[in-house]
Amino acid sequence: MKGEGGILGDLAVQFILLSLVAFGGANAVVPEIHRLAVSLRHWTTDAEFARLFAIANAAPGPNVMISTLVGWKAAGIPGAIVATLAMCAPTCLLTYFVSRAWERWRLTRVGKAIAAGLTPVTVGFIGASALLLTRGADTSWRLAAVTIATALVAWRTKLNPLWCLAAAAGLGLAGALG
Amino acid sequence: MEYAESSQNESPGPAALFNAFLTVGLSGFGGVLPFARRMLVERRRWLDEAQFNETLALCQTLPGPNIVNVSIVVGARFAGPTGALAAVTGLLGAPVALVLVLATFYGRWGNEGRAPAMLAGLGAAACGLVIATALKMAWPVVRARPISAAPFVAVAFAAVGLLRLPLVWVVLALAPLSIAVAWSRRA
Repeated sequence: MKGEGGILGDLAVQFILLSLVAFGGANAVVPEIHRLAVSLRHWTTDAEFARLFAIANAAPGPNVMISTLVGWKAAGIPGAIVATLAMCAPTCLLTYFVSRAWERWRLTRVGKAIAAGLTPVTVGFIGASALLLTRGADTSWRLAAVTIATALVAWRTKLNPLWCLAAAAGLGLAGALG
Repeated sequence: MEYAESSQNESPGPAALFNAFLTVGLSGFGGVLPFARRMLVERRRWLDEAQFNETLALCQTLPGPNIVNVSIVVGARFAGPTGALAAVTGLLGAPVALVLVLATFYGRWGNEGRAPAMLAGLGAAACGLVIATALKMAWPVVRARPISAAPFVAVAFAAVGLLRLPLVWVVLALAPLSIAVAWSRRA
């Protein structure tokens, strides 16, 4: 068992490493956050990870908040702040310094190849996120039906996703998904 | 980044940047990019459509949450380091505080009464949103480059989703290969 300082340091190092490979945003590294929090460090369980992800989606804001909640689970409010900063600060600095230089060669062949090459890998990771989360969350056929319905609505329509989340939470509250 | 000098409005300061990104951060559920576009292009007119797309392309190529990177680039463009800090603080501050309030409720009452059932429903819907994001992103890539890109989508998915390999190693193995293929395809 590590002391609190040890856990905070561990959170900082792990989320800094994660952020640097988070091409395509936080959803692409959900499998790695899951591996870290559930399999490696046992900060949470598979089922609870799905609930934390649900809470992250129930609050407005960027997808990055799953890291906030994993930090919270590992070490309370200080953990939440450390994980969020570690997930954002290094890439913010990188973005700040790269943005001017990048503009000069973004439209060159190298720039286009980098962008075109990273996209498929990122897409595969987001697919993997979807698989892992669904495996943790859909413990009954009714819940699986909610997932499929939400996926179809969000994929094919421009409806605000908030309505899907609210409807699903309402169905759960009414006991219709048990 | 270089933008046309003929911006419709004068340059916003840190306070205006903070306010704009605060609104953006609080308006979106399951990702806030569409709201950022609406705010920056349609409402404040700080960027035109092409400038926004360029900024987004840059931010998607760099690691890190895309929208957080957008706030940095836009903030820095209009008000330097202070502007970048103001924009990113506006974007993240309120949502992080709010999610921690929810987490505290969850910690105290998450296992009582109907709360687990409600969270289960919410979780199932949240998964559906991620599946939709994956489909929306995969569809154009697979259709435009079925031979040079689709295998990388499949291998990345299988390596991380099915085999549970560490993502860092998968990135280091796949990304250079995928970039090399994209490079040779344009030769």
